[in-house]
Amino acid sequence: MPQTLTEKILSRAAGRPVTPGDVTEIKVDKVAFHDLTGYHVIEVMEKVGSLKVFDPGRLVIAFDHLAPPPDVRSAEIQGIIRKFVRELRLPNFHDINYGILHQVLIEKYVNPGEVLVAADSHTTTSGAVGAFAQGLGASDVAAAVITGRTWVQVPQPFKVKLVGEPGKWINGKDVALKILGDFKADYFNGMALEVFVEKPSAFPMDYRATVANMGIEMNADALMFVPDSETVSYIKAMRGYEPPVVTPDPDAKYADEYTIELNKLEPLLAAPHSVDNVKTVGELEGTPVDQVFIGSCTNGRISDFTMAAQILKGKKVKARCIAIPASYNLFEKLMEMGIIKVLADAGCIITYGTCGPCLGGHFGIAGPNETIVSTSSRNFKGRMGSNESKVYLAGPAVAAASALEGKIADPRRY
Amino acid sequence: MKVEGKVLKFGDKIDTDIIIPARYLKYTDPEYLAQHAMEPLDPEFYKKARQGVILVAGKVFGMGSSREQAAIALKAAGVKAVIAESFARIFYRNAINNGLPAIVLPNATKEINEGDYVVVDVETGEIVVNGSKVLKGKGLTGMPLEIVKSGGLIEYLKKAKV
Repeated sequence: MPQTLTEKILSRAAGRPVTPGDVTEIKVDKVAFHDLTGYHVIEVMEKVGSLKVFDPGRLVIAFDHLAPPPDVRSAEIQGIIRKFVRELRLPNFHDINYGILHQVLIEKYVNPGEVLVAADSHTTTSGAVGAFAQGLGASDVAAAVITGRTWVQVPQPFKVKLVGEPGKWINGKDVALKILGDFKADYFNGMALEVFVEKPSAFPMDYRATVANMGIEMNADALMFVPDSETVSYIKAMRGYEPPVVTPDPDAKYADEYTIELNKLEPLLAAPHSVDNVKTVGELEGTPVDQVFIGSCTNGRISDFTMAAQILKGKKVKARCIAIPASYNLFEKLMEMGIIKVLADAGCIITYGTCGPCLGGHFGIAGPNETIVSTSSRNFKGRMGSNESKVYLAGPAVAAASALEGKIADPRRY
Repeated sequence: MKVEGKVLKFGDKIDTDIIIPARYLKYTDPEYLAQHAMEPLDPEFYKKARQGVILVAGKVFGMGSSREQAAIALKAAGVKAVIAESFARIFYRNAINNGLPAIVLPNATKEINEGDYVVVDVETGEIVVNGSKVLKGKGLTGMPLEIVKSGGLIEYLKKAKV
């Protein structure tokens, strides 16, 4: 029987053919956690009485949520994990100067067709390279670290087609928000989105990572870009090898399908306090903004900062602006390109490789009654700080234009 | 296996930042987490839940982050079960893994009111409201039921001797 990408990956992982609705045990190819969930994973392993890793080469750890530590307890948490890494001699550990876990995973580790589980909901990001990637809680991840196995219910596959080419200020965020606006946040619960890109180079890996990242905001069980020439060239550029590629069979059956014409998209935002409260920039233009955040595992990549820099070059921001490339690798390239200097000269405060502001952790917490425009993935009440703050989610172009004007602004005027 | 209690009712899309804000995630102590459960919506939740309550909610309850503390906080606060029209996948697993029964009931928010007294059969999914009205939710079977019966995934894994 012809298989979708979901069925192909999960059948291999289960060791038998599976179809949507099946509940099955599967082998995992990679397991990962970060600092804020990692100590909890280790605590569960200790309680189970099994402090062992099924295959140390398949476990990836990166410090990002508490990087660098904002308080004593955070430093203590990182210490617990460093000790675990030392004692078990784990090779794939990345301390605070490296990058956000999900960026590290697509840069270095995850291959098309693999199964990744990690103790963070934005694990869906690795769907950008065509992996079946799911976030799990600390206990489930502890079980996977020990045994190399987990269980899944095989989701219903849903086909998304991206056709044409996006306009100048449009990127992955506008596609993610378009889907959320059209379907709302509960629609894809129990489904896996498989995204087919008509013209692979028109929708590069940065954009794909944003859409896959926000698969969890759609409550999808997984969101995967069907591997194509862009996937192969990205991995080759990052790691120096050509990965094997898994694709769905041409006549595989999907629960439904949906097409986005990229050239018709306009800049979108999600207004407080829900990711599916989607508006066009025209509907919100002029809303006063206190702080802008450009970064996170959602939109903290080269094309995001290049887009922002085009708007900010030679000018000064009116709203406070925080810029955080998702990894050192990206930060280094942005330095070489002169983008970091453009952002700093415009008045942005810059670091790299921390989740800080996205979860109201540190490096720019929202105060009471403040309005934030953020390129991150969530605008839930209280998410970035005060319960009385408001968060608008947007792509980097809207974020940069809003920083410049101190109010929500349309980048198409630049 | 049956649980019972008075109903506290919430709407759709109750997210994990509502259930337990990120600033409390540096600890896993159930008592500490319980004191901050649902804090952004209702700082008094902890006091209301103490007597043992059943949460009733709308769609994708627990959407958002993978933080297992969301399930730990609710259970420790006194929540005996969550009945929702649907659950976010990660929260559902976290609830089961921590021995907190999660029952799917379409139209839950229409069929059950704040203050109702409900008895929930975790295996059959049968929900008796105020001693009279009987509703049929989706109970737990297979591995999830075994995990809840063991008291959570840690106890289950210990038994399995992984």
